[in-house]
Amino acid sequence: MSGWGYLRGRRLWRRRGWGGVAAMAAVCTLAIGGTLTPLGDRGPISRGAATPLTTARYASAPQQAHDNCDASLDPSTGPTDGPAVERIRQRGRLKVGVDQNSYLWGFRDPATGQLAGFDIDLVHALARSILGDPDAVQFLTVPTSQRIPLIKNGTVDMVVRTMTINCQRVDDPKNPVAFSTPYFEAGQQILAPEGSSVTGFDDSLQGKTVCTARGSTGEQTLEGNRHGASILLVDNQLDCLVRLQLGLADAVFTDNALAAGQAAQDPSVHLVGHPVTDEPYGVAMNTGEPDLVRKVNAVLAAYRSGGADSEWMTSYRRWLAQDLPGLTGPPAPKYRQ
Amino acid sequence: MTQTQSPTRSGVPAAGGPGGPQVPRRRTAWAESAARMRASAATEPGRLRVIGAVLALLVLAFGTATAWQISERSTATGHVLHHSGPLSAEAAEIYRSLADADATVAGGFLAGGQEPRDVSRQYQDDIDNAARLITEAAANSDGSAEAIALIGKLNTWLPVYTNLVATAQADNRQGLPLGGAYLRYADQKMQGKGGLLDLADQLYRAQTGRLDADYADAKSLPWVAWVLGAAALGTLLWAQRRHYRRTNRVFNRGMLAASTACALALLWLVVGHTVARSELADSYTHGARSMQVLNDARIHVLQARSNENLTLVARGSDPGYDDDFSTGMTDLAGSDPHGVGGELAQALALADAPKGRDPVNAAIKGVQAWRDRHATERASDDNGDYASAVAQVIGGKDGSGRTVTATTAQCFHTVDASLGTAVAQEQDEFRTAAETGRNAMAMLPYGAAVLAVLAAAGAALGIGRRLAEYR
Repeated sequence: MSGWGYLRGRRLWRRRGWGGVAAMAAVCTLAIGGTLTPLGDRGPISRGAATPLTTARYASAPQQAHDNCDASLDPSTGPTDGPAVERIRQRGRLKVGVDQNSYLWGFRDPATGQLAGFDIDLVHALARSILGDPDAVQFLTVPTSQRIPLIKNGTVDMVVRTMTINCQRVDDPKNPVAFSTPYFEAGQQILAPEGSSVTGFDDSLQGKTVCTARGSTGEQTLEGNRHGASILLVDNQLDCLVRLQLGLADAVFTDNALAAGQAAQDPSVHLVGHPVTDEPYGVAMNTGEPDLVRKVNAVLAAYRSGGADSEWMTSYRRWLAQDLPGLTGPPAPKYRQ
Repeated sequence: MTQTQSPTRSGVPAAGGPGGPQVPRRRTAWAESAARMRASAATEPGRLRVIGAVLALLVLAFGTATAWQISERSTATGHVLHHSGPLSAEAAEIYRSLADADATVAGGFLAGGQEPRDVSRQYQDDIDNAARLITEAAANSDGSAEAIALIGKLNTWLPVYTNLVATAQADNRQGLPLGGAYLRYADQKMQGKGGLLDLADQLYRAQTGRLDADYADAKSLPWVAWVLGAAALGTLLWAQRRHYRRTNRVFNRGMLAASTACALALLWLVVGHTVARSELADSYTHGARSMQVLNDARIHVLQARSNENLTLVARGSDPGYDDDFSTGMTDLAGSDPHGVGGELAQALALADAPKGRDPVNAAIKGVQAWRDRHATERASDDNGDYASAVAQVIGGKDGSGRTVTATTAQCFHTVDASLGTAVAQEQDEFRTAAETGRNAMAMLPYGAAVLAVLAAAGAALGIGRRLAEYR
């Protein structure tokens, strides 16, 4: 039975290949963050402290520092119908890379067995607009490390999977991707259990164990300033909730959007303090398909419009409002020509 | 008895000893009897008495050595059969039950909220079985500190694992992805480093180490008995030849009987032990060794099943499980999905009877079908048809509502059951061969003792007859 140890060893040492990507992403994100006015001004995103985050505040998000790398193609300045969109119409269905393990964002609804969540609602809206049928979608589950390669090789038309828009991904010399305008604004935030003395990403973490996903932006941020906490690394952000429930960690540090998914699965944990990074989510596409990028941006513009009755707000209220309260509208788009 | 005292202060050396003064005033008992023997050996009756004593001693020493060495080997064979053999098989069964529980629970997860009753029953049976075997192993570990420590750890970690699984199932019933995260954590406690399977593996290796040691003891050559037997027989023949030369009498009945008894005992020793050895070798190669290979194969089958299920439980968030499936399959059956290789090829080579080969062949066919169906299932999942992928793994309706009839679950069950049959078959072979081996030695210690006494008596009588001629 000498082979068993070998198998186990491999399992134990399995690593994601995107640590480096995430590291650079973090540096980039922090650079953006550094240009922000004091982060506390953005207001807390946490249960019970629902200072409204206004559209205006998103619009003021100062991201100009990086040569427009975070700005997306304006649908009014070019065609939204081109070879890429035509190819999708010919095929009759949209191929989208999603996650089916992110509660509230992309997960299998146990009642229907179908994929559901905030990301999935957006995918259906895209399919309806491009193909006239919200269900003309082929969902492909993509692991984090495969998001960009699968876009490059055309396996998927786009990835809608809580993916952060950042300059490193846009400007990567080898594997650049194109992003849509942001459809959600997330940030790294602390999740703590009821009654915990942890009040946020601050010195209340002194002597505590903070869990975060290996290779994530959270890990990089913690490495930069750990506030006296020790770090527990796991493969997947959701594994942190397991450790928290088992008493192996005192707090979780992750995207507040994903943390909201964790809070929704355990009513005794909630977000505390403020988001400390700025992570806009966008739809990722191939850089060689500007018509598709413009088309998606056009759909997003429609998706955002309508104020409190917009599709965006409807989806937000359905999935996120309870665990990520206080939003009054989507982030404002930022275009380039 | 050499005197080693240094000379006294007065300069008078101590009495006695070879280095003593020239006129020994007292001699030691040894020196005295040696001198008497030298004196008596100068006469024929004296010589005969010495020869008789040496013969009797040699023959009795041969008988004693045979009885002692063969009893030892027989006891070691008994340990192989009734102690280390079963303990090693039990440790393998602990491992198998734990691995099966892990694979079963992951399969139940895929079935959705409420898992099928036979799945929860199988999981419960596996856990109960493992717990019972761990308790039994604790009772039978005979103070082996390593085994006791491992069993203690297994006892501690098993309830931790079952609690994690219970939490995972509770979350899964509510449709929370957290359930899957708990299950992956539980799997880590099972398959990870220092986890339950690691402990069970160490226990298995410790018990198999004892089995191998018992085999080595049972098969070690009884040199002392052989040499003494040859010496006794040789001396008897020499004594008869000497007798013939001096008396011209061809036969001395006593000596002849002694030689015959001695030769018989030696023949019995050599043949009996050689037969036992070859049966033991057979029970090792075709029993113990092929059981080890088959157990390895069974473990890989269970791990492959766990990994196949967990790939779907992880829902695309962890491609590592499928990588582990592929490597596990390569270890199990070789790199060619339609070929014969790996542990199954080894098991086939070790199985010597058609009865042993048939189930292994069935397992090989099962694995080939499994790999085909697995490829189909992966393609479904990769194309985003999760419902079909699940149905192709555990059965049920595919993405378009059709019931899937060819599932990897069927292949897994075929392979697992075939290997189970093969293990039982090899277990039989192991037991039969080891028992034959032990039987080949069973009467030998008694027979050797009786024959040695007879031979000694014969030698004594024969010498006695000659001595009588001098009275």
